[in-house]
This record gives sequence, structure tokens and C-alpha cells, in this order.
Amino acid sequence: MSLATIWDWFTDPANWQGTDGVPHRVLEHLFYTVLTLLIALVIAVPLGAWVGHSGRLRWLVTGANAARAVPTLGLLFAVSMFVGPLIQSDLAFVIPSITVLVLLAIPPLLSGTYAGIDSVEPAARDAARGMGMTGWQVLTKVEAPIALPLFLSGLRSATLQVIATATIAASVSLGGLGRYLIDGLASRDYVQMVCGSILVAVLALVADGILALLEKRAVSPGISGRATRVARSRARNSDPHPEPDLDGADRSDTGPRQPAVVGSGSTGPVEATAATGTPSERDRP
Amino acid sequence: MIRFEGVTKRYADTSGTDRGDGSVAVDDLTLEAPTGKITVLVGPSGCGKTTTLRMVNRMITPTSGTISIDGRDTASLDVAELRRGIGYVIQHAGLFPHRTVLDNVTTVPRLLGTDKRTARSRAMELIERVGLDPAMARRYPAQLSGGQQQRVGVARALAADPPVMLMDEPFSAVDPVVREQLQNEFLRLQSDLGKTILFVTHDIDEAVKLGDQVAVLRVGGVLAQLDSPAKLLADPVDDFVAGFVGRDRGYRALSFAAAPELSLTDEPTVALGASADDVRAIGTPWVLCVGDAGEPLGWVRAAAVESEVTRTVLHRGGTVASTTGSLRALLDAALSSPSGRGVVADDDGRLVGTVRAAEVIAAIEARRDAVASSTPAEEATAR
Repeated sequence: MSLATIWDWFTDPANWQGTDGVPHRVLEHLFYTVLTLLIALVIAVPLGAWVGHSGRLRWLVTGANAARAVPTLGLLFAVSMFVGPLIQSDLAFVIPSITVLVLLAIPPLLSGTYAGIDSVEPAARDAARGMGMTGWQVLTKVEAPIALPLFLSGLRSATLQVIATATIAASVSLGGLGRYLIDGLASRDYVQMVCGSILVAVLALVADGILALLEKRAVSPGISGRATRVARSRARNSDPHPEPDLDGADRSDTGPRQPAVVGSGSTGPVEATAATGTPSERDRP
Repeated sequence: MIRFEGVTKRYADTSGTDRGDGSVAVDDLTLEAPTGKITVLVGPSGCGKTTTLRMVNRMITPTSGTISIDGRDTASLDVAELRRGIGYVIQHAGLFPHRTVLDNVTTVPRLLGTDKRTARSRAMELIERVGLDPAMARRYPAQLSGGQQQRVGVARALAADPPVMLMDEPFSAVDPVVREQLQNEFLRLQSDLGKTILFVTHDIDEAVKLGDQVAVLRVGGVLAQLDSPAKLLADPVDDFVAGFVGRDRGYRALSFAAAPELSLTDEPTVALGASADDVRAIGTPWVLCVGDAGEPLGWVRAAAVESEVTRTVLHRGGTVASTTGSLRALLDAALSSPSGRGVVADDDGRLVGTVRAAEVIAAIEARRDAVASSTPAEEATAR
């Protein structure tokens, strides 16, 4: 096997046509992924939001994370054996596959949503209520936008895992990119297996890239830490005065015209700010 | 006007220690915060001051009693409407990190249905009014210092022009220098706006500085004393209030007495660059140095001048009192001066003369005698 044989596989028109062609397999794979994520979102988001908002039943989040230790493949066979005799159609395989994938997707979504809502400063929530926002307005106008980056990182992690793991659907005779792995293994066609793996990896990377772009567009610069960096570089370019150092930050209030650009990121989610190197916990000397 | 009538807040006893009645946060409070004035609620932790404040906008529901704003019982109003009509400023500002300063300020007008443009132009005015650079409007809260965030918090509370404001320790999370600045600007703003303000703090100095009237609460939510700051310092009703109001009461009370017309002593002065001989020619051990505009710069010890008076030999320990300032500032100027002569300047900062501590004390005693011999009605005006 060489790079040339892989290249040949990908350029062989036969591999791009029909029900075992790449486009069809990719679509099947995406169908399992999207369906799984939708179901998982419907379950995990309200639950995570409620736990984050009320602070109750936090063990659910920890418990869900612990459940990730259950081997997915084993679980798939267990569920198939249980569900299989009950249903007389393709659904006998679809339901177990989607079920185990949903179980896989829930923990990151649940922790992401929970951590996002939990990262909302009590003061911001208090101010929102005190200014006369209704419960729904507090959720949609304040909590959701602030929770967004952590939620999206949960979504990205869930998407990656589901795309990678959806290959197991093939082991219970369903389609998707897993077919190349299972069939390749059965016929000792290792080129096909390698190409299938490459396709899964590419699909995962593309999906992650799309979500990363979405994240960049949807998350407010005020919480992603981007605003701080932008303003800082702008201030450096245009302002003759040196930047006030962080420890003297509060003092810079003495003159309203001073460029007091300070990452007092105590309002931002820890992960997001830490990732972009914003000085998050240093605002109070 | 905000009026509390027999307001009690009792929390259900959830601790399991079975005291039976639960804990009382506010106990039968009757209080009036007059229109256009600042009423400060002050007391130690656990005195129910924040609970009292939060009952006004129904963030907390009273167990019994009524709270009315301009005669309307708050319990009868729609809670969101009620809150949108009350400015609310809290300790850590509570700005929305995902919104720019401008969009933070427009929050309440937008909730009330004001169109975006009108709300924004009004917000810009307010941003300047609270002392922020208009360029800050596009920034996010994370890019502001604590003091700047607090200014935005105040602007946001003022955005819908509510007649009533609730302020819960708004200045306590910033450093002392910024705090003093914010307090002064807050007073300046209030003198323009004349809002009815209920202000919570644990800092008695802040209470005395900002309040038109101060309500001291004791643990358990009982009103201990409600008086003007001057009366509170001069005449605490009991040991608790006296202890809480703290030391140096006599001295601090002088803050509320305007400096009387004293006959000031003309002070011979030297300018920067004066020779050692010029300084010694004056004949006193300490000589006052003034700048070009006649502003006092500091004292010079004649013996310490080697060739000429430079900025490095200036003694800067002395404070400068203003002719229109308080008796406290006047006395402090005299006490802090190395020469024993307190420096007094006019409103433009130019030297007027000096005064000795003994003369200020004499003025204080003369004032006290005048108050003691006057009728109670006159006493009130004198204070």
C-alpha cells in the first residue's frame, strides 16, 4: 500500500457512484450525526440550562461525564440485542445506533450548557432582573449569549465524537463511512479502510471548522476576548501614551480620556478568556 | 417618595436548628425616603439593609407591611413595569459582558419600547454625563476598569430617566481613590437630577458624605436612628449607633460646618528659586513657598535651604483649606502644617492667608455656644 494506491482509490470514479459511493456514504454519515445531535440537544440543553440556572442536581453533569466511560461498541450490541427482537425493520438497527451516539453526545453538550449558564455572573443576572427583564428575557438576552462560547465548545466536542464514532453504525449493518472500515476489514482491503478513515477525519475537521466559524460570528467580542485584543492593538498604534499596566488599571479612571484598556475578564467565562490569554483574574489588585 | 410602612421580612427557618420563628431580616420598618433626596441605609452585615432595598423593586417580597412609591403600593404593580421604572445600580455594576457600553446603557429604554436611535442618542449623552469618553461607548465591559464599569452602571440605571433609584453598595468594589471620585461625581450628578435615591452602604463615612438623611440599622433589621448626617454624628441615640458611627465623631462632624469668616494672618512668602538669604530674611523657621499664580506650593524649612528654594526642599505634608470649605478642612490645615499655621486659599486656589489651630478651635467653641443658647428651631437651621 502506498500513497499512490490511496490516490487511485480516491480518483477511481467507481468509488464515487451508487449506494456505496463516497457521496452517498458521507450523506448517510451526516444523517446519523445530525439526527443524533438534534436529539441530544433537545435533551441536554434544557437540562443543562436548568442545572446551571438553579444550581440544583449538579451531580447529573458529573454523572453524565462518568457515563462516557461505558464502551460505545459494547453498549451498541447490548442495546441491539434488547431492541432487535422488538422491531421488524431497519429501525431495529437505527434505534440502537442513534441511542448510543446520543448517549455519547449528551455529556459534552450537558457540561457545555451547564458551564455556560453557570458562568453568568450573579451580578449580571441580578441586574437583568432588577431592570425589569422577564425570566424569558433574562434567559434569551443575557444568559444565552454569555453561555454561548462554552455551549459551542461542548457542541464542537460532541460533533467530533459523534462523527468519529458514527462509524460503528456499520457494525450493525447500517451505512455511513463506517462501511469502508467494516467491509474493508472483512475483505482485507486495507486501502479501502485507510481511505474510509481519511474521509471520517476530513468530515470531522470540516464540521469543526464550520462550527468554529459560527462561533467566531455568533459569540460577542465582549466575551470571546477578541475585543480586548483588538482595542489593545488599536490603542498601541494610535495612542502616544503607553498602556497603563494591569495593576494600575483601576487608577486609570482618574482621567476619562486615558486609554484604559484592561481585561477585567471576571465577567467572561473562564475557559474562553483563558484560551485567548486575556488577563482574567487580575482586575482587582 | 418611597415609603415603608411596618415592613417585615422573615425567612423560613431552613437551618434545621429549630428556633421556630425563622430569621428576621427586617423587623417592622417604617421609613420614608423623601422625593429628590438621598436616603442612605447603613449598618453592619446582617442588618437587613440590602434586603430592605431589594424589597422596593420586589427582588425580595416582604413578609408583611407595604412599600409605596409616590403613594402607589408596589405590590399592586406589574413587577416588570415596576422595575423598569426604578434605576438599579449594584455592587459589581453587573454589566452585560456581551454587550457594548452603549448597548448596556440602552437596556431599559429598549425594554420599554423606545426605538434604537432615540435610546442610543440619549445613552450617548448619559455616557458623557457620568464622565466617560464617548469613545468608550463602543467598548465592552471587559475593557473597562472597575471605576469605569461602575460609571456605566450608573448611566444604565439613569437611561430611562426613572424618578427613583436604588443603589446597592455601588462604590464599594473600587479602590479608595476612585471611590472618592465616583462619590463626588455622584453628588454633582444628583444636584442636577434630583432623583429620589435609596442608597445602601456598610461604610459610615460614605453614608455621612452622601446622605441627606441616614438610616442606621442594627442586626435583625431594626431601625436604630434616622437623622441628618450632622445630627447622627453629634447626637447618636444609643451605644450601638455611637459605636457604629465610630471614633473622631466630633472631628468628623466639623465636615458639616461651613468655615466661618476668620481673620486670617498675612503670610510672607517666597517664590521657587528664591535664594537662601531671601528665605532667612523673613525670620521664621518655616517659610511658605507660592507659585506664579499665587497658589501655595509647600513649606520650606529656612535652615534646610542651601542655595535656593527648589521643589525638592518643599514640605508637602500640610493640607490647604478653602475659604468656602468646612471647619474640618480648616482645622486640618492648621494641624497638618509643619509651621503650625494652616494655609487657606480661595476657590481659585490662590493663597489668602494662614490660620492657627487655636483660632479655629476658638471659632468652633464660639459656634457651639451660639447653638447652645439658641432655640431648638434655630438649632436645626444652624446645623
